[in-house]
Amino acid sequence: MADASDTAPEAGLSRRIVEIIVALILMALSAMVLWDSYERGAGWDGGPQNGFFPARVGWILLIAAIAAFVSAIRREDSVFVTYGQLRLVGSVFAPLFLYVLAIEFLGIYAASALFMAVFMVMLGEFRWWQTLLAVIAVPVVCFWVFEIQFRLSLPKGPVEAMLGF
Amino acid sequence: MDDLNQLLLGFQVALSWTNVMFMVVGVLLGIVVGVLPGLGGPNGVAILLPLTFGMDPTSAIILLSSIYWGALFGGAITSILFNIPGEAWSVATTFDGYPMAQQGRAGEALTAAFTASFIGALSGVVLITFVAPLVAKLALRFGPAEFFGVFFLTFCSFIGMGKENKAKIVASLAIGFLLAAVGLDTISGDLRLTFGSSELIKGFDFLVVVIGLFGVSEILLTIEEGLHFKGKKAAIDLKVVLRTWASLPRYWATLIRSSIVGMWMGVTPGGAIAASFMGYGLAKRFSRNPENFGRGEMEGVLAPETAAHAAGTSALLPMLALGIPGSATAAVLLGGLMIWGLQPGPLLFIENKEFVWGLIASMYLGNIAGLLIVLATVPVFAAIMRIPFALVAPIILIVCAIGAYTVESSRFDIWLMLIFGVIGYVFKKLDYPLAPLVLAIVLGDRAEDAFRQALLGSGGNLSVFFSNGLVSTLMVMGLLLLFWGPLSAGRRLVMRKVTPTRSAPASS
Repeated sequence: MADASDTAPEAGLSRRIVEIIVALILMALSAMVLWDSYERGAGWDGGPQNGFFPARVGWILLIAAIAAFVSAIRREDSVFVTYGQLRLVGSVFAPLFLYVLAIEFLGIYAASALFMAVFMVMLGEFRWWQTLLAVIAVPVVCFWVFEIQFRLSLPKGPVEAMLGF
Repeated sequence: MDDLNQLLLGFQVALSWTNVMFMVVGVLLGIVVGVLPGLGGPNGVAILLPLTFGMDPTSAIILLSSIYWGALFGGAITSILFNIPGEAWSVATTFDGYPMAQQGRAGEALTAAFTASFIGALSGVVLITFVAPLVAKLALRFGPAEFFGVFFLTFCSFIGMGKENKAKIVASLAIGFLLAAVGLDTISGDLRLTFGSSELIKGFDFLVVVIGLFGVSEILLTIEEGLHFKGKKAAIDLKVVLRTWASLPRYWATLIRSSIVGMWMGVTPGGAIAASFMGYGLAKRFSRNPENFGRGEMEGVLAPETAAHAAGTSALLPMLALGIPGSATAAVLLGGLMIWGLQPGPLLFIENKEFVWGLIASMYLGNIAGLLIVLATVPVFAAIMRIPFALVAPIILIVCAIGAYTVESSRFDIWLMLIFGVIGYVFKKLDYPLAPLVLAIVLGDRAEDAFRQALLGSGGNLSVFFSNGLVSTLMVMGLLLLFWGPLSAGRRLVMRKVTPTRSAPASS
């Protein structure tokens, strides 16, 4: 694992804060598990009840999360991710999020074409015909492989309905 | 002898035209998967698994395991030419491989790496051929308590042998168990941990989790380093290959040592990473010129590659014989067995002989095919890395999304993939190990069933886990591994007190 600490002068998100947030989320998660398990019975009723095992694991998670929390407070702080890197990650994540959202409405093929276009125009330095080629080729190849070769039905939207699929 | 006959029958199965074709396609796909960022072994196999649901199980596993071999070979290409380890166990390969490439000896380094991988993998397959049937035979006598003992041993060895913060390994395992518990409880028929959400009733499918954790997160991590890869040129011709091969016998001791280390570590889960570093460390210690290590010494490429691949292959031994995978990719393959309707575990060797021995025979053939294919096609695959990231990344993400969807034909799974992508990104940056999480998802239900059945049989008495020699041994070994860190630290402390004159090196 590359440690971000060797690029010390660059400003970024504190690793300690992220460690603490993750530990807190894990604690909350274990609390939810324990609540759910004891609600349904985590004890012994002629055999282990169905909450028995998750409850034990929940306690273990809680202890591990507390240990991670303590060691996060005690460790020397470093940079989790620099703001420059975070912007790059965001520039991939934002289109990806919109892509998954678009699949809900447009189906996977139209959404993929849009996703390719956004990605290549925003982050790449391509000629217009290269972008166009990729935008058309990727959904078509996917359609051929999945719908025709493997007969798997992928999510479709209004565009496919217009074309009669 | 009986096993050898079975193996010959296996070769007949594996050598049919369709299966050889699947092998070649698998190896080629695997190299692509190994070379591209965001598509490691586990993720590549997970994406393709849904496509094999309708196939004959033997052909399906030959295809998928060939992807595994290809990915192992492909990892070496990026390590040596681009200084980017494809998998965690290729990290040690970059130490000497990349300097060799910088000196213009990329062809030599690649040939050495591929050949070393081949030797390592071959020793792993030989181990599987002869030891797996014996282990399976022993395991036939296992009851639920013994099986829980083996699960316990597996999880403990992850905790004890892992290099990460112990609390984080335990947390990863626990998260995996809890994710596995979500949904319908098979024994009582009740819903657990769904919190009233209808989407969660079917639980978390491990394939979706793997695609998010290993695929999407890897793309997010890769983008941090910027949008361009700077790689060295690779040219392999027959002369370089033959010259490198001619120099290999000189390193026979390193190859054997690394193979043994790899086989040993591979059978214990999570061992491949440790094995590659151990192989490297041992080669350096026994070398006549250790000062050359890290500056482009061929032995420094051979040692970790042999060990990592011996371990990566041996990781399939417990998967086949006990139904307990030794690595994340093996865990995904195991999930495949269950989907194809095969019951993983010792009975596989009796009820599905053709499948098991066909797979083992295909391991021999797949590795030979892999070596030849990878030697012939390195320049092509090195060129893949030069395709701009802005073109490759969206295609990989689209394939991930389709892969996540096809598992259950559920749009909700694509959202889950996205969420697990973010979780994987944060976890990798914080050194929470991901392999234990995946393993726990795959094994969680079965470990719980074994635990509950054992306790039901004994009327809730925990002494069932220490009721006979076999299960006690497993549990004690598990406990020993669990406390391996504190135990060896304690031993070191004692040793230090005995020899107070020697200043001990600072231990990390």
